[in-house]
Amino acid sequence: MTQVNAVEARNVVKAFGQGDNTVRALNDVSVEIRKGEFFTLLGPSGCGKTTLLRLIAGFEMPTSGTILLEGADITYLPPNKRPVNTVFQSYALFPHLSVAQNVGFGLQMQGRPKKEVDETVARMLALVKLEPMANRKTSQLSGGQQQRVALARALAPKPKVLLLDEPLSALDLKLRKEMQIELKRLQTETGITFVFVTHDQEEALTMSDRIGVMSAGKLQQVGAPKDIYTRPVNRFVASFIGETNFLSATAESGAARLGTGDLVELPGLTGSGSVTVTVRPEQVRLVDPAEAGAIAATVKTLVYFGTDTHCHLALKDGTEVVARLQSPATGEAGLAQGQSVGLRFAAGAAQIVED
Amino acid sequence: MSAAETAQDKASARNGWLLSTPALIILTLFAVGPLLIVLVYSFLVPGKYGNIEWAFSLEGWRGILFTKDIFTEQYQLADANVTIFWRSIKLSLLTTILTFAVGFPTAWFIATRPPKARALWLFLITIPFWTNLLIRTYAINEVIRNEGLLNTLLLNLGLINEPIQILYTDTAVFIGMAYVYLPLMVLPLFAAIDRFDMRLLEAGYDLYASRWNVLRRIILPITKPGIIAGSILVFVPSLGAYVTPRVLGGGKQMMIGNFIELQFGQGRNWPLGSALSLMLLIIVTGALLIYVRYANGDSRHG
Repeated sequence: MTQVNAVEARNVVKAFGQGDNTVRALNDVSVEIRKGEFFTLLGPSGCGKTTLLRLIAGFEMPTSGTILLEGADITYLPPNKRPVNTVFQSYALFPHLSVAQNVGFGLQMQGRPKKEVDETVARMLALVKLEPMANRKTSQLSGGQQQRVALARALAPKPKVLLLDEPLSALDLKLRKEMQIELKRLQTETGITFVFVTHDQEEALTMSDRIGVMSAGKLQQVGAPKDIYTRPVNRFVASFIGETNFLSATAESGAARLGTGDLVELPGLTGSGSVTVTVRPEQVRLVDPAEAGAIAATVKTLVYFGTDTHCHLALKDGTEVVARLQSPATGEAGLAQGQSVGLRFAAGAAQIVED
Repeated sequence: MSAAETAQDKASARNGWLLSTPALIILTLFAVGPLLIVLVYSFLVPGKYGNIEWAFSLEGWRGILFTKDIFTEQYQLADANVTIFWRSIKLSLLTTILTFAVGFPTAWFIATRPPKARALWLFLITIPFWTNLLIRTYAINEVIRNEGLLNTLLLNLGLINEPIQILYTDTAVFIGMAYVYLPLMVLPLFAAIDRFDMRLLEAGYDLYASRWNVLRRIILPITKPGIIAGSILVFVPSLGAYVTPRVLGGGKQMMIGNFIELQFGQGRNWPLGSALSLMLLIIVTGALLIYVRYANGDSRHG
């Protein structure tokens, strides 16, 4: 039996403006978000991720295409009729209501009995650890606390899908890390499908079950964080998620020949013509230049990051490659600028990406 | 606190008093002073040709609600006065309600325009202030009189067979006041709506609120300070309105303002006029206190 998807977008197009000024914020996007998963829409600003979220919430209607919620067509349903709630980037808490009243607002609007509202509010406040703040005004809370109120408010009506629009972007780094863990905990505890929008790739990697990478109104790749990181389908995904090296090469059977003439083994590669090889900096190993198969390079700059050191290398043909090396305990990298080294890619680390 | 700090505090307090001296003098001379004169006059005896005679009397205050029967010398309730008070309060309340009903959508419209257009709309709202109140009131007169624009239009359209008598009725005064005081309602409402975070609307819809509930549970409570300010700005001058009821009410449909004027003119009863003025002041102050307290209390518990 196939499980019904929590949310499904089919060939969704959203255009803003008219005539020559038309901008396609979403250009034929189809995605399936499974029940109970933590799904992240990741992309740079203006990639259409927030637009997709707003279409699911009902604040915008698509130009064409369909949006399904648990199999039912909700494309043209107004937001107050959708069992979907949003955590807004600005929190959008009601300033004239107390914390408890904010959390109970949705339930009240649904016409639930007062007893049930009170009980749910109490449970939600406990869930986000804000019981002592129940009667405070929202303006008396810190940013992190307001964030929790916004979460509790959106979770209280027990939506089928919770939409989160860059909810952590207004928090400082430490608080953001805490909230990442908190969000993940809430998602596991409530079992509600989360659709999370962010431009922060680290946030996406650490929290998500699956990630949809978006760029220029299109969904570039959908997959588990590990798949996206280790097997990016194209240049955009490879460079947006984490750091990476790109090397121009010519395809040969089972290998790619770099501009320097060195061969990079790529089992399964066939055909000919130019290709782009990508390798993550942490998969680049420095070896003795005399070792067989080592690619000759020169150390250009060393950047110390604490846990590791970024070593910028130049190949014979001038191509720059970055290697991320674990900093030795003494703080000495053991390398010097201008030093000649050999480099080698970890087995299976190098791969071809589309441009 | 050190001696130096104490000295500094004292000096700054002294400077504060010194700096506010001109304002205090002006306030004493031109606000408190006249009020005191009015207060004293209200307890005196009216002179034969206006003015007052220096003898203590409560007749002025009694005259607010009672008249002395010429034949029996008995005090009885002055129906005419009660009617005037009731008309003033009723028309002022209606004016406040109508200006709010018209002003709120107007203010909302202006506040949701792009910033450039917004300045233009606000400018248009303030244009009536450039013209003298009397002229504006006569303009309304021109519109609603029997041979005026409105009646001519309705007659020509065949909607009515004979002109509707609007001029010199309560309705005329009501229309005139609503027109004159509308900007006073729109401006504070605009200020409040301008501060309103439109993203809260989406939050409301997202949390299952209908349009009506978004208005009632989110927009109105949050813009309440503007609603209170606008209501006060309209209600208070409405209650004391003089020109509008005079021109559009035709002297028959008097309001408190006209009644007071009457005492200082033809009525030649300055003490009664003074007592009426103070009564108006008391009504306004009382209404404000109740209104503000109610409004604040509501926001605390609501």
